[in-house]
Amino acid sequence: MKLGKTSIALAVVATLMLLAAIAVVALNRDDDLPRAPEAAARASDADLIARGEYLVRAGSCYGCHTEPGGAPYAGGRAIETPFGIVSAPNLTPDGTGLAAWSSDDFWRALHNGRSRDGRLLYPAFPYPNYTRLARADADAMFAYLKSLAPVAKQNRPHALRFPFDQSVALAVWRALFFRPAQFETDSAKSPQWNRGAYLVETLGHCNACHSRRNVFGATAGPLDLAGGLIPIQNWYAPSLRDNAEAGVGDWPEREIVALLRSGTSARGSVQGPMAEVVARSTQFLSEDDLEAMAAYLGSLPDGTDATRRATGDINTASAPSEAGAKLYTTHCAACHGDRGEGVAGAYPALAGNRAVAITPPANLVHMVLRGGFGPTTPGHPRPYGMPPFATVLSDEQVGQVLSYLRASWGHHAPPVSTLEVSRYRGAR
Amino acid sequence: MPQVRGLSGDSVTIGRGARIGARREGLARFARFALFLAGVVASGAALAAPPFEDTIAQRVVACTGCHGKEGRAAPDGYYPRIAGKPAGYLFNQLRNFRDERRHYELMNGLLALLDDAYLQEIADHFASLDLPYPAPLAPVGSAALRDAGEALVRRGDPARGVPACNDCHGAQMTGLAPFIPGLLGLPRDYLNAQLGAWRSGQRRALPPDCMAQVAQRLSPEDIGAVSAWLAAQPVPAHAAAPPAPSTPLPIACGGVAAATGAASAPTR
Repeated sequence: MKLGKTSIALAVVATLMLLAAIAVVALNRDDDLPRAPEAAARASDADLIARGEYLVRAGSCYGCHTEPGGAPYAGGRAIETPFGIVSAPNLTPDGTGLAAWSSDDFWRALHNGRSRDGRLLYPAFPYPNYTRLARADADAMFAYLKSLAPVAKQNRPHALRFPFDQSVALAVWRALFFRPAQFETDSAKSPQWNRGAYLVETLGHCNACHSRRNVFGATAGPLDLAGGLIPIQNWYAPSLRDNAEAGVGDWPEREIVALLRSGTSARGSVQGPMAEVVARSTQFLSEDDLEAMAAYLGSLPDGTDATRRATGDINTASAPSEAGAKLYTTHCAACHGDRGEGVAGAYPALAGNRAVAITPPANLVHMVLRGGFGPTTPGHPRPYGMPPFATVLSDEQVGQVLSYLRASWGHHAPPVSTLEVSRYRGAR
Repeated sequence: MPQVRGLSGDSVTIGRGARIGARREGLARFARFALFLAGVVASGAALAAPPFEDTIAQRVVACTGCHGKEGRAAPDGYYPRIAGKPAGYLFNQLRNFRDERRHYELMNGLLALLDDAYLQEIADHFASLDLPYPAPLAPVGSAALRDAGEALVRRGDPARGVPACNDCHGAQMTGLAPFIPGLLGLPRDYLNAQLGAWRSGQRRALPPDCMAQVAQRLSPEDIGAVSAWLAAQPVPAHAAAPPAPSTPLPIACGGVAAATGAASAPTR
């Protein structure tokens, strides 16, 4: 009977929906901890606070939780995501910030991705990484934040588009992509390697940029460091598992440490979002911790995709164009040299520079349009700057000069089209 | 390849044309000649390699791309000249851009990760350049408009609480060292844009923001008149800003109060 079939179908659909709902709820189970009242003495422990400050820096909390020119950690910065704007909240111990929070509340935010009132937190806050933090580290971070001068600054509401502004959507996202977890020590590896892995996977949240995100904005996990285009900013965070991109398997450890410490090294220097990471975070880390990160990053296997490289070569049909060469001579050669040789310590060589050949060419376009200074650090207090060419060169010209670089001095990378330049110029 | 002393005393291989905007032309010419000889000997190359110099001028070629060679942008464009502006003023503006009290995306991006010490050095460098000014452009707008502008510049409008520009920026309008900039030798578009940005709150300074208060008392027509008159004035031969007298300003300014050592927001 026709009606009967429809009824059965509806019943099946309803059952499936119910099961899905139960699954979402179950997978978001709070796995809550008893939240005890705060032991007052702990927050006055100077050592704990100092350790917490160090860990907060290692966690790059400043970058999102501080507005340019604003009070540190008082929040207010708008984080643009493909789903809308997430506003970083006030972390100072004011009534508008964390005054009412206990260290259990703070731990639940980091470990379970839930706010004090049980609300689900948006994963722009990298709790998929912080969930693996040690509880003792979270407590130290909290003690430091509690020691800051309170700053009265009301949190701004997020401005997310429908349906991402619905807590149900967030619950489904978490059911699919998030589980509270613990850091797993690899007993086959050295304590130094494990420390490096811990810093990279948890506090450093390196994969938040250095991995591809799916259409739901989720990464494949904290160990996926295979590179990805950073949403909205559209800088490309190169693969840390590919020595032809930003892999450091073939770097001396001291150069990896130098890059993270000072922003520059004999092998390369940082610009764009990574310059901010050095300025706000890694420059403050101890030698031991930077060496641990270097040991871990240096141990990642070189995942260079030979097929992709070969394809890249085939795609490179174009010879260096005359227009590109002319633009290079006019605008670039004064600093980077006629043969792309650069000036050691000041202007990067472009010949033999792997950053020139990376696809997508996002970072090259940003550098030409915006120019830049590396971060000032004690090891590199007076960086040389590159002028912005956004007001000097058209999109077509930027494409021409970059295509010239990518086909010169031994590079065999695909050309950069005018359209690509326009797309990156529009990014922020 | 020729070798010169590098950043930390190491030897640095230098590239052709690596020099932009050196300060001492004579020395640079001699260096070029010496390197020319060295280049011929070393590589048989036919062309000289202009020397790379480990100087602050070399470090700030990022600035001179828009602000003109040696920071002496002429009034025919949009970008303001920075050469010879008072050091305290330049330092405050660099901080204002870094901390996003002023908004121009390229400036905000360039300065975002530079600390106060380096910004001070950059400011001191451009302030130290004593270079001639070009003649002003032909006046624009009606004579009546410029007369109205001159009246505001020289006398202000006490009824509206608008002080004369001269009262703070000096009788010659070449500024008062170290915090108050001169008003001459700037593009009219730039002057219009800055006064407009203060009026709308887009440009801010350390509080109390005196120029915001002044600009908010002006109408768009007043701003057009002031800019038209200022941009038409020649810069006097001695354009360096004299030291500020100890008498108080007619209006309190946070950028000047910074002289007393008011702390800036930490950068890290």
